[in-house]
Amino acid sequence: MVFITQDKRQDKITTILDSRFRGNDKRMDWQSAKQLRDKIATRRTNSVEATKAVFTRIAKIEPILGAYISTFEEQAIARAAEIDKRITGGEKLGQLAGVPVAVKDNMCTTFGTTTCASKILANFHAPYNATVVEKLLAADAVIIGKTNLDEFAMGSSTENSGLKQTVNPWDTKRVPGGSSGGSTAAVAAGLCYAALGSDTGGSIRQPASLCGVVGLKPTYGRVSRYGLVAYGSSLDQIGPITQTVEDCALMLNVIAGHDTADSTSVDEKIAPVVDYLAKLDEPVKGLRIGIASSFNAGADEQVRKAIDEAIKTYRNLGATIVEIDMPHLDYAIAAYYMVATAEASSNLARYDGVHYGHRTQNPNDYIEVYTKSRAEGFGKEVKRRIMLGTYALSSGYYDAYYLKALKVRNLIRGDFVRAFEKCDCIMMPVAPTTAFKIGEKVDDPLKMYLSDIYTIAANLAGIPGISIPCGFDDKKLPVGLQILSPAFSEEKLLRIAQMYEKQTDWHKKRPLI
Amino acid sequence: MSNVDYKVEVLVGLEIHVQLCTRTKMFCGCELAFGTEPNSRVCPVCLGMPGSLPVMNKQAVEFSILAGLALNCQIPSFTKWDRKGYYYPDLPKNYQISQYDLPLALNGYIEIPTDNGLKKIRIRRAHLEEDAGKNLHTAGNFSQVDLNRAGTPLLEIVTEPDMSSAIEVRTLAEELQRIVRYLGISEADMQKGHMRFEPNVNLVITRAGQQFKTPIVEVKNLNSFRALENSIDYEIGRQLDRFLETGETMEMGNKSTRGWDDAKEVTVLQREKEEAHDYRYFPDPDLVPVRVNEQWLNEIKSRLRELPSKKRLRYVKEYGLSDYDAGVLTNDRTVADFFEEAVKAGSEPKRACNLLTQIGLKLANARGCAITELGPKAADIAQLAQMTQTGEISATAANTILEEMVKTGKAPRELAEQLNLIQKNDAGELEGIVDEVLKSNPQAAADFKEGGKKSGKARGFLLGQVMQKTKGRANPKIAAEILDKKLA
Ligand SMILES: [Zn+2]
Repeated sequence: MVFITQDKRQDKITTILDSRFRGNDKRMDWQSAKQLRDKIATRRTNSVEATKAVFTRIAKIEPILGAYISTFEEQAIARAAEIDKRITGGEKLGQLAGVPVAVKDNMCTTFGTTTCASKILANFHAPYNATVVEKLLAADAVIIGKTNLDEFAMGSSTENSGLKQTVNPWDTKRVPGGSSGGSTAAVAAGLCYAALGSDTGGSIRQPASLCGVVGLKPTYGRVSRYGLVAYGSSLDQIGPITQTVEDCALMLNVIAGHDTADSTSVDEKIAPVVDYLAKLDEPVKGLRIGIASSFNAGADEQVRKAIDEAIKTYRNLGATIVEIDMPHLDYAIAAYYMVATAEASSNLARYDGVHYGHRTQNPNDYIEVYTKSRAEGFGKEVKRRIMLGTYALSSGYYDAYYLKALKVRNLIRGDFVRAFEKCDCIMMPVAPTTAFKIGEKVDDPLKMYLSDIYTIAANLAGIPGISIPCGFDDKKLPVGLQILSPAFSEEKLLRIAQMYEKQTDWHKKRPLI
Repeated sequence: MSNVDYKVEVLVGLEIHVQLCTRTKMFCGCELAFGTEPNSRVCPVCLGMPGSLPVMNKQAVEFSILAGLALNCQIPSFTKWDRKGYYYPDLPKNYQISQYDLPLALNGYIEIPTDNGLKKIRIRRAHLEEDAGKNLHTAGNFSQVDLNRAGTPLLEIVTEPDMSSAIEVRTLAEELQRIVRYLGISEADMQKGHMRFEPNVNLVITRAGQQFKTPIVEVKNLNSFRALENSIDYEIGRQLDRFLETGETMEMGNKSTRGWDDAKEVTVLQREKEEAHDYRYFPDPDLVPVRVNEQWLNEIKSRLRELPSKKRLRYVKEYGLSDYDAGVLTNDRTVADFFEEAVKAGSEPKRACNLLTQIGLKLANARGCAITELGPKAADIAQLAQMTQTGEISATAANTILEEMVKTGKAPRELAEQLNLIQKNDAGELEGIVDEVLKSNPQAAADFKEGGKKSGKARGFLLGQVMQKTKGRANPKIAAEILDKKLA
């Protein structure tokens, strides 16, 4: 048997699985971030030991995995030592005291670089910390490195990184998903205890699904975007990527809340932040799950099977299934690629070689400083999206594209509002397929865009969504279950996810790498 | 040509950029600064650093609404922020946060005095935006960028093309300067570039019953009233010449942009055709829309004060001042406030007006300070005025005393005594002096008594002698009465 724990109901799948999964603790000792935190707090271990163990593993695995753009070994161990000292001194520390975590490299840090995996920012040293980074530091976490992503978070495979390729720890010939592929790969492979990602159209949930970890995109406005290098400002949201639902709640506790520096972060008087751990183990009674059968039918058979199994598990827990109608979801991808690219074309205008970042050598005039710096600095996909967005905003086309996309966005919001009158949450696949092969879709952007079909709607509607591991396909690749819930209902969403996680062991499966 | 009947009508609309004097910039916490070390008043937000986000300055919005109200505009209850995209080195984000289709203020007007009375100039809109930085071309092969100014709140006011001469435009610009200063929303210091103008000029020419419009010319970036007035006058002449030469009309040519060469006093072509500049406006997703509810609007309304034009009329009507004096006093809110305080403290308006316009403003100008900074308080001015009203001192003496007050900081009465400027009002004492004068000037006394041609002159001479004897301190009114009685 290759599992750490074994669930009787999973016998069938177990027989398919081979030695890819390993049972014991030859890597980190298979503990969650919260377990580690508690151990450090009660001095059964210490942060230096945990941090060093992570770096030992990074030394071994990272050359294959390519999850990190930068790591801060010396600095992290020094910080861990300082935290240990404070614990020994009897000081009461933050919620993540001593826990090694990673941050996606599109969040500004005063230490190291903030590259967005782009050549244009390859050497950018931010003069300030993103609010989430400040919050992690205030919670006494140890930030060990910054993870790879699709350039400027534009992509679904991390293949668009201008700096390196991250591979899927379950099969190194495959992509980890994206754009937060570095973070999900690092968490899955045990190269950190938890990480932050950002999700504009599925960039937390889709790679979480492809890497078999938990990924939460909170409600738009729940977490400050200050210091997150913008892609699609009205869609971008930072969220946790973790090994367990409980860790996810813990991370959300640390990063959620209003920020005066982000006008779009929501007033806590309107939507209070609660302790997401407090009632986590309380199952939601009389849970009603919404399913849009026809929409889900587009997913691969094996993905659908895993989702159906998961829903069965909920049924066994007493949940009822409600068929819902989401008539406008079919237009989500089209609307998304108008809104996101329009905003991106404007957000990325500042990378021009004038103030910071890559500047072309020997330009002939100042116009060439712009054109050549941008031509040299941006990758193909980023250029494609800038051009798409510029076109969508051009006078004469604005009404037909951008404005129309905003209208579709409103219709999709309406679909969710009506659906949530009938159910507490909606369940669907995270992605239509499991991890695909590196290079498989790079030449077909439309095919790549379709891998976001299930995740995009939550960004357009601004609602929270979580991806939790719910099984494997016959290639032993993880499948994720997506749960969506109304705006600012993260507490309930996490409880719903926790109900499932307690019944299953998928989250405990580890790749062999 | 000469026998063709021409009528030429001038149409000018004006765009005015006013820099607001908020404490901090439009979307970040940097303090506004003028003349500080380049790039010393900047932060990640106004530098447009990756990941930074704007946060709206509420004071700037309130200042703009206040201006909108003063310009009789409608204040919509819902406005928003838009991004205006263009690439320029002094624009850190390569887009400017501005307001596109829903400005803070709409459809107002401003009244300006003309030879034919007040004229209404319609205000199309007023919106708020952030300023760009400054490109410096002083470092050889390289240009440098100073972003201290980047993010400064700018109010852009756009009028309809309702002005028909350069002087009208100048009058409007000056009136606007007074208004924003009165409201305390801008220092409106031309030297510091706090007000910048862009007039749109064209002509409507009627010839033999047929109408022709010349192509519209926008003159860019004028930062003095003189340049504003002169450039429009120049444009009127230039456009007329060109029309007579080529017959080019609006339909044939396009709107073009010209600059003003201050040294040569000519406008210079910048862009032949107004290229269809596509700014790709769209709502800024980093900012939430602004909702102006009634409560907030009322609160802002309560901060409105009497505007200079109203004040000017009131001074003429209520205080009986001349148009000219009313204009001088109301030109600067500090002066007007000081004047009104003196009147409230008991001065006759005309006396306070004379003291302030003849002495106070002269001294303040010479010292380069505000009238309130000269030293004397409004109550001191009132006391001084009252001393002339009661005849204690003469009007000339009051002026002398005010000058001394500023120099020494002493009280009016103390100075009057010290300088021996208290008038002799004692009839008995004056009678003695008059007697002495009559005795020593019998011929003049006789001339006066005789009446006729010489009488007036003799009377003046005798009074002059009385004043001389008293070193100017005799109350001339009382002295004249005594003299007249004596020689009646
Ligand atoms: Zn600033």
